[in-house]
Amino acid sequence: MSVDQDTVRRIARLARIAVRDDELPALAGELNSILGFVEQLGEVDTTGVEPMTSAVAVKMKMRDDVVTSGNHQKDVTANAPKSEDGFYVVPRVVE
Amino acid sequence: MSDLTKLTLAGARDALKAKEITSSELTGAFVKAMDEARVLNAFITETADQALDMAKASDARLVKGEGGPLEGLPLGIKDLFATKNVLTTAGSHILDGFKPPYESTVTANLWRDGAVMLGKLNNDEFAMGSSNETSYYGPVINPWRRKGSDAKLVPGGSSGGSSAAVAANLCLAATATDTGGSIRQPASYTGTVGIKPTYGRCSRWGIIAYASSLDQAGPITHDVRDAAIMLGSMAGYDEKDSTSVDRPVPNYEAVLGQSVKGLRVGIPKEYRVDGMPAEIDALWTRGMEWLKAAGAEIVDVSLPHTKYALPTYYIVAPAECSSNLARYDGVRYGLRVEGKDITDLYEQTRAAGFGPEVRRRIMIGTYVLSAGYYDAYYLKAQQVRTLIAQDFANAYAKCDVLLTPTAPSAAFGIGESSADPIAMYLNDVFTVTVNLAGLPAISVPAGLSGEGLPLGLQFIGKTFDEETLLRTAYALEQAAEFKAAPTSWWRT
Repeated sequence: MSVDQDTVRRIARLARIAVRDDELPALAGELNSILGFVEQLGEVDTTGVEPMTSAVAVKMKMRDDVVTSGNHQKDVTANAPKSEDGFYVVPRVVE
Repeated sequence: MSDLTKLTLAGARDALKAKEITSSELTGAFVKAMDEARVLNAFITETADQALDMAKASDARLVKGEGGPLEGLPLGIKDLFATKNVLTTAGSHILDGFKPPYESTVTANLWRDGAVMLGKLNNDEFAMGSSNETSYYGPVINPWRRKGSDAKLVPGGSSGGSSAAVAANLCLAATATDTGGSIRQPASYTGTVGIKPTYGRCSRWGIIAYASSLDQAGPITHDVRDAAIMLGSMAGYDEKDSTSVDRPVPNYEAVLGQSVKGLRVGIPKEYRVDGMPAEIDALWTRGMEWLKAAGAEIVDVSLPHTKYALPTYYIVAPAECSSNLARYDGVRYGLRVEGKDITDLYEQTRAAGFGPEVRRRIMIGTYVLSAGYYDAYYLKAQQVRTLIAQDFANAYAKCDVLLTPTAPSAAFGIGESSADPIAMYLNDVFTVTVNLAGLPAISVPAGLSGEGLPLGLQFIGKTFDEETLLRTAYALEQAAEFKAAPTSWWRT
């Protein structure tokens, strides 16, 4: 599987990273070299092998479903590049 | 005492307890050392005033005979750990100006135990790199130089600020993180000790996430004893991290010096890779001989899926990073580049805020997780990961611990490997398997290359058996008697 420039443009859009047209050929080359490298996994027979979902076998802990935190509006927005009255400010989304 | 910065963590601890020195004197010496070593670029943020305040508070406790296990000991903190009200960047432009309103659990544990924070250490951007060259704040320079050369070398990565700062005596010890080798490879490149504990041993809460199923915190230190002390404070269950494991933290220091007689040390034949320098191979053999002389038994083992570890890593890690790094949107914190609408704001912010390596990994991860490719890449990689973990389980039926080189080379020059991403990835060939299997491992300095640079050997342990790891590493350290240190050329 190799990616062309249109695919790179589509991935960049999915990843929400602006990419200029003149960057596409180099990016396609880099992504293809990495995808070529990982392609060797195709050699491994994984029939019937369970995919690993946890690095260490542990049972997930359960906790009571109660409120443990809250009222941190000031802390939460303290680092926002733009905020107003405890809310984030973004460009208009709804006309 | 002549130069307080040359103490080990244990040495400084004992001197403080015996009231031979004060934490204010000790911290002052490190503040001066940091100041004189700016050329190494090890720190992104120095917190000298805060350090001296913390030292004063420690002295007040020490004078009364009180204080925790790390009371008054100045440490460096990798800039991946959130520190309350102190700039935390992960080495990225996209976190410009970010001052967390909270403290990571690992650093909170260190302050609970009395430690003093000197500052925040440089690292590869979001811990993605093996040479510290991807940091937005510029590369860190290794305090070590080749014999007869003043060429600038990398300190390894991603914890390059941590390894350089410890090697240059800019802090007693440092925190670090390891996703594919980022504690152990920099330790090997700088003649320091680095331990990556079992996944779940240290809380990940408040550590800026790269690949959540692989990330784990650990220390970089001068020696094995210091590593045991640091790990004892950093480790522990945390209800804020559901993957942290609820089991008691042993007294790691207590196992040091216990005999390794009868211990079975496995040598995985697949780690004898093509093109490995003869001096690394020779060092590995010397390591086996030292352990044999100490009474251990050397056993040949096989880890047949080793060659698939790096390709597996370069699916799993980018996939998880593409998800974790989705949060950097120009809205909630850090850099913001305005756009014509909300999507444009996201895209412009992320294009400007992420460096090339981070962009590359996010895009690879986005691709392998995209519709139609998930099974071929991500699911397949997670299956191979199971096989890699099974390899280790099979090997541990025949041995108690594994011995390998830490890295396939000594430190290389700045700019020498950064052009080819795949060549850079190969630095992690001996370390990355361990993260995929969730195991603990430690790098110990064991000798010098022909060019006079430090080389490390790695021990890989069983899940949650950091004690055997530390005991064996200590035995090797005793045998290797690694005493070399870089000349202080940066103090001009």
